Order: sequence, then C-alpha cells, then structure tokens
Amino acid sequence: MTTTLAPAPSGAGTGTTSEPQLVVEHVHRRFPSPEGGTVDALVDADLTVRPGEFISLIGPSGCGKSTLFNLIAGLDTPTEGRILIDGVDRSGQQGLVGYMLQKDLLLPWRTVLENVVLGLEIGGVRRKAAQAIARPLLSTYGLGGFEGRYPAQLSGGMRQRVALLRTILFNRDVILLDEPFGALDAQTREQMQEWLLDLWDDFQKTVLFVTHDIDEAIYLSDRVVVMSARPGRIVASFDVPLDRPRKPSVVTSAEFVRLKADARELLNGAHRTHDVQETR
Amino acid sequence: MTATADAPVVSTGPTPAGAAQDSLRELGRLRASMLPVVRRRRGTAEPSSWSVNLLRVGVVVAVLAGWETGVRAGWIDPFFWSQPSRIWDTAVVAFTQGGILADVRFTFTSTVLGFVIGVTGGVALGLSFWWSRRYALVAEPLVIAFEAMPKLALAPIVVLVLGLGMGSKVAMATALVIVIQTLNTYAAVRSVDQDLTTLLYSLGASRWQVFRKVVVPSTLPWIASSLRVGIGLALTGAIVGEYIGSNAGLGRMIHYAGSTYDIALIWVGVFTLAILSMLLYVVVSWLERRLLKGLAHTR
Repeated sequence: MTTTLAPAPSGAGTGTTSEPQLVVEHVHRRFPSPEGGTVDALVDADLTVRPGEFISLIGPSGCGKSTLFNLIAGLDTPTEGRILIDGVDRSGQQGLVGYMLQKDLLLPWRTVLENVVLGLEIGGVRRKAAQAIARPLLSTYGLGGFEGRYPAQLSGGMRQRVALLRTILFNRDVILLDEPFGALDAQTREQMQEWLLDLWDDFQKTVLFVTHDIDEAIYLSDRVVVMSARPGRIVASFDVPLDRPRKPSVVTSAEFVRLKADARELLNGAHRTHDVQETR
Repeated sequence: MTATADAPVVSTGPTPAGAAQDSLRELGRLRASMLPVVRRRRGTAEPSSWSVNLLRVGVVVAVLAGWETGVRAGWIDPFFWSQPSRIWDTAVVAFTQGGILADVRFTFTSTVLGFVIGVTGGVALGLSFWWSRRYALVAEPLVIAFEAMPKLALAPIVVLVLGLGMGSKVAMATALVIVIQTLNTYAAVRSVDQDLTTLLYSLGASRWQVFRKVVVPSTLPWIASSLRVGIGLALTGAIVGEYIGSNAGLGRMIHYAGSTYDIALIWVGVFTLAILSMLLYVVVSWLERRLLKGLAHTR
C-alpha cells in the first residue's frame, strides 16, 4: 500500500472504484512573459485517468495540451499542484510514461529495429536482449521486413508506426500521444487509427491522445476532454458510450453524430468564452 | 464595444474587372504578335573522362612549354623565374643525392601529428561545451578571440620556446587546426535537434546517455566534413614553423634556397610541397567518405 491517497475523481470521472492510474491535481503552470509579467499556460487542471482508459484531449491551439503533456512526462514541473502516477507524486520526474511527440523523432543513424528498442536500451536492457524482444513485435505490427531499414527510407506512416511502437516498447502503463497522426494523409491516418486501437487492445495501455480532429477523438476514446485557450484550462469532458471494438462505419451512426454535435458545441463554447475575454 | 467588428467595405474605384479585362486583351495581343521561341538544350551530357584528363595534362604541358621557350627566347629572366629544364635537373639531384626525402618526412610527420592532435583536441573541446551552458558561454568568446588572432604571428615565440626541432612545428600545426575544429564542433553541437534530446530525457535517459546516443552521432558528419579544411591548415602551420627556424623540413629548405638565390631549388620545394599536400588531401577525403558512409542515412 502506498501512503499517498489519491483524491476522489474530480467531476470528469465516471465513478469507478478502481484506483486511478494517473491524477493531475490542481495543476497550474505559469511562464514568465517577455514583457516581464507571467503567462498562464495552464490553469487549475484536474484530470483523473483510470487504468486502461483511452482519453482524447481536444482544444484550440494554445490551450495548454502540450504543456500538460510535458508536465505529465516530467519534462516540466508544475508551478502549483501535482502529478500522481499510481498514487505517487511524480511531479518533475522523467521516464515514467511513454511520450510520443508530434514529430516521429527517429534517430536517423539507427535502423528501425535499433530505434524501436531505444527505450529499453536506456532502461538498461542489453541491446541484444531488447532486439530479441522487439523483432517478433515488428513483424506482428506491420513492420516485418523493415527491421534493417533506416528512417529516411520509410514513408511518413511507417515512421509513425516505428515511433509508436518505440513508445509502447518503452514498457510504461501510461502513454501520451501528441497529435501523432496530424501530418498523415486521410487514408494512412485511418489505417493508423485502426492499428493504434489494436495495439491499445493488445498491450492494455492507458492512453492520453491529443488531436485537433473531433471525429478522431470520439472514434478512438472512452472519454473526450475539451480544453480552451488563454488561459489554457480544461472546460468540459464527456464519455463516449459507443461499444467496442468499434468499426470504422460507426462514424455514421446516430449516436456518433450526436456526440460529435455535442463536442462541437463544447468546443465552440470554449472559443466563445475565450473571445469574450479577449474583447472585454 | 461589441465583438461584431465588420470589415469596412473598401471602395475600389473603377471596376477591377475592367482593368483585368484590359490586361487579358493585352496578353492576347502580345501572344499573337510575339515570335514563338523554341530552343533545344544541347551539350548537357557529362564530358568523357579521358577527354577531360587529356585537356588537364595539355594545360600543364602548355604552361611548362611556354615557360621554357619564354626563357630560351629571352622573354623571361631565368635569374628570377628559373626554367623547367633546370628545375628538373635540380630535382633529380635533390632526390638522388640531397636530403630532400628526409625533409619531406619531417614536414609530413609534423603535419600529421599536428592534424591528429588538433582534430582530437578540437572535437573534445567542442563536445565539452555541450555539458555546461555556463562553461560554453565563458569559453566561446575566448576561442573566437584566439581564432581572430593571426596565429602565424605567434610562430617566433613558439619556435623560441619549443626549439628548432619538430615540437614547434607540431605546435604551430595544432594551433591552426584546433581552433577551427573547436568552433566547427561547437556549431555542430548547437545544431543538435532539441526535440531528440527531449525525447531521450522523456525516456528517462541520463545526460551521459543523451550525449552518447544523440549528441555524438549528430555531430559526426560535421566533424568529418571539417577534416579537409584541417589538413590544409596543419600543413600551413608546419611550413610557417619551418620558415621561422628549423633544422629540417621542406619549409626550411625553401627558405634556405631563397636566401641563396637558388630559384630552381625553391621551385623543387614548392612542387614537392604541392604533391605532398595533394596526397594528404586525397587521403583525408577518403577518410571523410568512409566516415560519412557509415552515416549516409543521416539525411
């Protein structure tokens, strides 16, 4: 038993009894502004994530999504509040969650296989042993035959697969995906969504997923969190009660369309409050 | 103030459609009156290598022949310029009886030593700047000041301190190479992709792991491509050291020949130096290609 008790799930939670995997607790992040004052990048963010949950964050640019991810990944420390992972305060600690940034960020001088094992390697696993673990996974997850290729020889979709597999092979329960499919064409993007859901199913990860695309957010997630900009904060969240596994055709169902309309409403609300503050 | 700020309607005078119509009509008129220009590109094929080589040799032979006939016809004063035939005779004597081979070996050794020490030291210094921002900020202007200083002007001091032997020549070569190598490596270090280092830190990597897995591999192509500049500088440093004061070396030989008005011997020294320099350049280029081949997938 850990001595630190996780707080009760805040409003957004669905009220399950399982201990939350990740808790973002009253987190503020202020940066000094160039004019000498401070800028609120994130204000009073509260988020409770159950194990195995798939959560999407949507919101306009500048809403603090990346700031939130950097805080959870421990690359940045909250000005106020704390980040709990498995009930332990992990604010400012790195290496506890898998983090995939917008760019694929593969090391150009390493082959696919060598790139995928990077996380394990840094964690102290022998290179040979790590590669033995990774090799079968590469062929299962659509990268068979590409083990010896270099990133420059791969298409955008393939590179993104390698980056995602690297994040998963880092072997942490929580993975953060910051617009991983933002730069892909629509068709590749659909394939990648399917692929991601397969991986999520097989590896039982807890996923936080940033996207600009409402369809993508609803299609993939158990819960969608809506953020607004200036200052960045969480304004609303709603559950996606669609059955799993989901087929791509679900996007035309009445339920999906209704959720989408709601999400758009919430997002527009987020924009409106922001506009009102601007013109005040 | 309300948030509904309609864009003011800007009146655009005479209808733009009318002006655009005029332009279209004008373009149509020009098209009818202008002569059509159709050309075919010629001579884009790469010239054959034998013809290029033949021309290269031809240029050298023509220059030497012109020089020789110029002297024989009395247009060129052989006292100042010497002549190819005499230079050749002097070269044969220098290589068969004189000690020019020992001089070549001396210059070659001091150049290579200076190059290796300079490159190693420069790379180590440049990479070390990655570890501490404060240290880098303190050191950088000092390195640039040393770079701006004409280091060749230091040669007399270096020779006085380190003597007439090889030490002072190696030191001169090193001094020239190390500065440029440090600055090049530091530039490479600064251009390391910040997102890549962020990624590694997010994976829980230590600074040493980031250094070994990202910083060093990212900088290698930069280092490889600065080697060719380095070898030229090393040779320059060694030769200047020999000019100032030395007991051996091609630089000393040329300096000595100059002070005895042995112009032919100067030319022998200069040509030998040119050949040596070309050889070093070829070897270093090969080395660079080998290094870059391992990193060919970088971009």
